[in-house]
Amino acid sequence: MDPISLATITVLAVFVGFEVVSKVSSTLHTPLMSGTNAIHGIVLIGAIIVAGQAHDPWVLAVALLAVVLATANLVGGFVVTDRMLEMFKGRAKKGTDA
Amino acid sequence: MPLFPPVVSSLLYLVAAVCFILALRGLSSPKTARRGNLIGALGALIAVVTVFLASRLENIPWILAAIAVGTAIAWPIARRVQMTQMPQLVAMLNGVGGGAAALIALLELPHAADWWTRLAIVLTLLIGAISFAGSVITFSKLQGILSAKAIVFPGLALLMVGVLVVAVAAGAWVVTSGPFFAAVAVLVLGLAVGVLLVLPVGGADVPIVISLLNAFTGLAVAASGFVLGNVLLIIAGTLVGASGTILTRAMAQAMGRSVSGILFGAFKGGSTAGSTEASDRPVRSSSAEDVAVLLGYAQKVIIVPGYGLAVAQGQHTVAELQQALEARGIEVEYAIHPVAGRMPGHMNVLLAEANVPYESLKEMSEVNGEFKQTDVALVVGANDVVNPAAKTTPGSPIYGMPILEVGDAKQVVFLKRSMRPGFAGIENELLYEPQTTLLFGDAKDSLAKVLAAVKAL
Repeated sequence: MDPISLATITVLAVFVGFEVVSKVSSTLHTPLMSGTNAIHGIVLIGAIIVAGQAHDPWVLAVALLAVVLATANLVGGFVVTDRMLEMFKGRAKKGTDA
Repeated sequence: MPLFPPVVSSLLYLVAAVCFILALRGLSSPKTARRGNLIGALGALIAVVTVFLASRLENIPWILAAIAVGTAIAWPIARRVQMTQMPQLVAMLNGVGGGAAALIALLELPHAADWWTRLAIVLTLLIGAISFAGSVITFSKLQGILSAKAIVFPGLALLMVGVLVVAVAAGAWVVTSGPFFAAVAVLVLGLAVGVLLVLPVGGADVPIVISLLNAFTGLAVAASGFVLGNVLLIIAGTLVGASGTILTRAMAQAMGRSVSGILFGAFKGGSTAGSTEASDRPVRSSSAEDVAVLLGYAQKVIIVPGYGLAVAQGQHTVAELQQALEARGIEVEYAIHPVAGRMPGHMNVLLAEANVPYESLKEMSEVNGEFKQTDVALVVGANDVVNPAAKTTPGSPIYGMPILEVGDAKQVVFLKRSMRPGFAGIENELLYEPQTTLLFGDAKDSLAKVLAAVKAL
């Protein structure tokens, strides 16, 4: 894809990011931080592409290290965010029952 | 051979991008937040499956093994980490993400055909390396491996400028002609910048830096999307970069600081450095039984939880105390400062863990007017967020930070471990006021004693 199209997508994503996040309540700022943290773990697909095109053993080794790091970011981020939000869900339910 | 033609994979990446946006949108309410996060995880899964089915990949068994290793490391840690240690974990996960982006950029350099791809590579290397090294330092500060105070040494500012200049020069070399060793130099210099940037950040500013580095990693991922020509990485990274920037500003505002002041304040003469000395002025300390009497015969009690409560794992005991007081017909609320705990909203997470009802939690703007009608403000392990110096002492490290005005309450009870100042390293004048009572000890022990005494009333 040409640089201009990529830049267009980037600028639009900036606005979407600002719009969506400005609506998040301060109660949920910690899950927001860990949730966005999880999302940038998607760099995993970049790591997979690079590892999948590696011919040199050391290139493969470095790329596999990137796969391990990115997987840890992605999986750990979503799991820990889910754990936090699970507790919020319990509390919200208790609130409506009362 | 790829199973999917490029059109299908592009559409599936679009689906994944929409999932990520929905994940962020879900966080606008506690009710939809968990489902949103699961949608985000689903989007990630779709993207990873797509990359396997749509690209011509070799070494697939190796890649699957590496994914298994990463999962095996992260899953149990994420399941078991204590909620109080959440900031450290977020810092660490962020760091490894930045590191992964930097490594990818390094390996792609030999394939970069034009200058703007090489520019994206340099940016990914630099930002990813800063994020990785900076996150390691924030992790070490929060974990107590390094001092949580600002670490400054003579010549730090000069060294920082020098490293940055060399990094930019090496980066320019990579962009123009692209020698591999210059890219390695950019990576190493980026690591040095990350360390030098975060070392001078101390105390309560550390969580803000975690958020800032989170935004950095997002930008590094977006830049790596440019390197690989992958739209999903660009969208996801940019979303995180934008949201992280907003969150960082919101946190800084909640503390009455500017982001540049946090990062470069220490260079200008250490505005985060406060006194660590305990004062020897007289204070009124008291027993758990006396505190129980104060609480048990009040009409309205506001509990102000802080990090000391979290460290002592006292959130369950405080919830029990709330129930015991409410059983006596006393109105109990929690006043939550935006930066109580170690991250914004961290205290909400901890109290949610103890099943404290949602409607008992009051945000600072809601609750500040209520202290005047409050009989007892019970400050549990908080110090800086109730320190009137934020309003009265220009030049104090926390001057300008909005605080909870517990001084308006008829009685103030501090549960504290010692007279040592809080995270920001400054004394709290409120401790010496006539309406203030102190109960020394571990927050959880003290709460348990007060709870037992309230029940015995």
